[in-house]
Amino acid sequence: MSRTRHVGVPRWLLVPALLAGAFVVLPVAALATRISWADFPSLVTSDAALTALGLSLRTSAASTALCLVLGVPLAVVLARSGARWLGPLRSLVLLPLVLPPVVCGIALLAAFGRRGLLGEHLDALGVQVAFSTIAVVLAQTFVSLPFLVVSLEGALRTAGERYDVVAASLGAAPTTVLRRVTLPLVLPGLASGAVLAFARSLGEFGATVTFAGSLEGTTRTLPLLIYNLRVTDADAAVAMSLLLVAVAVVVIGLVRPRGAV
Amino acid sequence: MSLVVDVQVADRDVDVSFEVAAGETVALLGPNGAGKSTTLDVVGGLLRPDGGRVVLEGEVLTGAGRWVAPHARRTALLAQDPLLFPHLSVLENVAFGPRSRGAGRAGAREAARRWLAEVGATDLADRRPARLSGGQAQRVAVARALAADPRVLLLDEPMAALDVSVAPVLRQLLRGVLAERTAVVVTHHVLDALLLADRVVVLEGGRVVEQGPAVAVLSRPRSAFAARFAGLNLVAGTATADGLRRPDGTVLHGTAGDPAPATGSDAVAVFRPSAVAVHRVPPGGSPRNVLPVRVDELEPLGDVVRVRAGELAADVTVSAVAELGLAPGQEVSFVVKATEVDLYAR
Amino acid sequence: MTRRVALAVAAALVVPALAGCGEDADDRPTLTVLAAASLTSVLEELAEDFEAEHDVTVQLSFGGSADLATQVAEGATADVVATADPITMDLLVDAGLVDGDPVELATNTMVVVVPPANPGNVEGLADLAREDLRVVVCALEVPCGNAAALLAEEAGVSLARDSEEQSVTDVLGKVESGEADAGLVYVTDAVAAGDGVESVPVPEAARVVNHYPVAVLEDALQPALARAWVDFLLDEGLPVLAEAGFGPPGG
Repeated sequence: MSRTRHVGVPRWLLVPALLAGAFVVLPVAALATRISWADFPSLVTSDAALTALGLSLRTSAASTALCLVLGVPLAVVLARSGARWLGPLRSLVLLPLVLPPVVCGIALLAAFGRRGLLGEHLDALGVQVAFSTIAVVLAQTFVSLPFLVVSLEGALRTAGERYDVVAASLGAAPTTVLRRVTLPLVLPGLASGAVLAFARSLGEFGATVTFAGSLEGTTRTLPLLIYNLRVTDADAAVAMSLLLVAVAVVVIGLVRPRGAV
Repeated sequence: MSLVVDVQVADRDVDVSFEVAAGETVALLGPNGAGKSTTLDVVGGLLRPDGGRVVLEGEVLTGAGRWVAPHARRTALLAQDPLLFPHLSVLENVAFGPRSRGAGRAGAREAARRWLAEVGATDLADRRPARLSGGQAQRVAVARALAADPRVLLLDEPMAALDVSVAPVLRQLLRGVLAERTAVVVTHHVLDALLLADRVVVLEGGRVVEQGPAVAVLSRPRSAFAARFAGLNLVAGTATADGLRRPDGTVLHGTAGDPAPATGSDAVAVFRPSAVAVHRVPPGGSPRNVLPVRVDELEPLGDVVRVRAGELAADVTVSAVAELGLAPGQEVSFVVKATEVDLYAR
Repeated sequence: MTRRVALAVAAALVVPALAGCGEDADDRPTLTVLAAASLTSVLEELAEDFEAEHDVTVQLSFGGSADLATQVAEGATADVVATADPITMDLLVDAGLVDGDPVELATNTMVVVVPPANPGNVEGLADLAREDLRVVVCALEVPCGNAAALLAEEAGVSLARDSEEQSVTDVLGKVESGEADAGLVYVTDAVAAGDGVESVPVPEAARVVNHYPVAVLEDALQPALARAWVDFLLDEGLPVLAEAGFGPPGG
């Protein structure tokens, strides 16, 4: 990293670069100007706020775990297997990245909803997904999974297979290679992928509201509460927005300093 | 035979067959694309050939409906880059093979320490690979490969990535390591082939074009590639105090290379054809070796003409050929300064 | 030379385009109307008639009442605003953003909607207390949720709600798809949903009537046209509103 030598960038590039930075920072900073600081502590510690924040953190943690369980194997298979049919799959997995969240929600309904493809059978088994916290986790996982998969697959491709080959030649079976060589080598990529997935889950709104509904303590995560409150209690909405920004900054800060993202 | 290789890979047009005796080291030589790495991959199980077989110590690894996975072959690979696992310490790197083959943590470390001592890298045990020099890393990689207790060691240009100043030390290490081992080494370097291998297999266009004892193939190459590849004059004999005695009794003076030969042991003298001057009448003067030869052929090589005489070659200018009136069958003297001749132990 | 030509061409292309953003090319005045989303189909139909009558372009912008109030408060340029409840309108009146007093345009009442074939056997408002049903209503923060809560309170029914949706559309969507067994929406929404849902009459609904106020804005660019539009709605507009399920003003 420190050995990288620079040839310098054209100076004029600084102007649009700074503009871009300001474009992102300004609205967030402007949010802070809307805060009534005197009420801030009580606003962000109201029952509704704490319940929603707790639900957000719990569901995001659960969806990140689910992303890891499902996404790591998928990323490894995508990066390492040469099978032809994986090409289309690779593109399809990216869909939630480009689909409007509301479309994701409708698609989830079609699959897991009461009258959905799987939902019908789940319903018969007594598993009811709709309007439950499980639905929130499913919605978050659906939209977050590509972040983890893309990030990890990229790391795996960059790392290459050379170390895997050496490990195998030293007598390590495929599972040992995965556990002791492949995954440890891409740990930074894995970590940044997991953090991105967590952050995306934390901010998830559209798919959740469409698929899971909105009920305090069960499905009303912080973004949903903010959306609810923005009309009747704008001060509370702004305060909670800032709370969400703070949590997001902390989460992103967890990996950013190491330059892994 | 310890290792029998007889494989065909259609899409790379490779059809190669050779054998390696137990304890023997075979060098695979050949131009880029000749099929050397493909052959090594097939032996290591990284590539499935279209036909043929690989048999190691009587066990069919590939062929006849059998396929042994790479990790179960015990064919350790030593590549051009050391490829030490960056997230493990040197000790853990070397312990990787034993651990993978079922040894306990303590036992694997114990074995790792032994192998580190074997390659003289005990003091590096606790370092991270990022903090090793290229030579140190390759030394550790050797220990790691050996610790896996391979039945055959596959070396893919193991010194190509090293500094010229470091290469001799590692070459020396490998000489010791490979002495009693079954190994296949892919190399581009004439000295490596000469000093590490017992036999040389020359590949060209995916076929074996020549094979035989290293000195014989390299000093009297029959294939076009071996001739170009060798390019050097190699004279085998017995080491004397300051030179080498050829089987015919003549002595070639030179300077000791690394590894230096001990007096009385087998040695080889190496010098470039361009260092050889051709005289019609033997000149006087002591620091020069004068070798009486009979010209076999004249081969134009760009600006120069290569004068071949038996196992020796000299590069002279076109005008010198005219001046000397050189022609096949002529008796002349090849003259080379002692400082141009390197002597190596065999 | 070529650069100058290029500039001239660029100017020729850009200037009319920019101008087009502000005004219609045929110089007809534009009347900007902000209206509650539940008025969408009615106002779109009426705007066409009004445009033909008054040689004006009516620009309609629909949204949740609260969103509309926010937009006006944040300085959106508009001539008329019609909300789905008096509360948000009062916010604008209190802020001095409305010219004169708002007038009532229509009323709306609640109805229980169920998926076709009524899988949950919902027969009335009281069924919405059943725990075995999935019941969706609007969130308290939006007018339809407020109305639903009021209605439940009036009727003495404790709603067993499974979700509090952001809008009527979300409630309808969940009922139409069968995710929910019952929902509470306005009659107009049930009418607009057509065969997608079945309505279960709720006699108690007459006790909670929602009022739709409309007002001309203080900063209207076309105050005269704005007033004409309001008058038009209160006259020719009434049958169209009734057809859509709205009750008469003052009902």
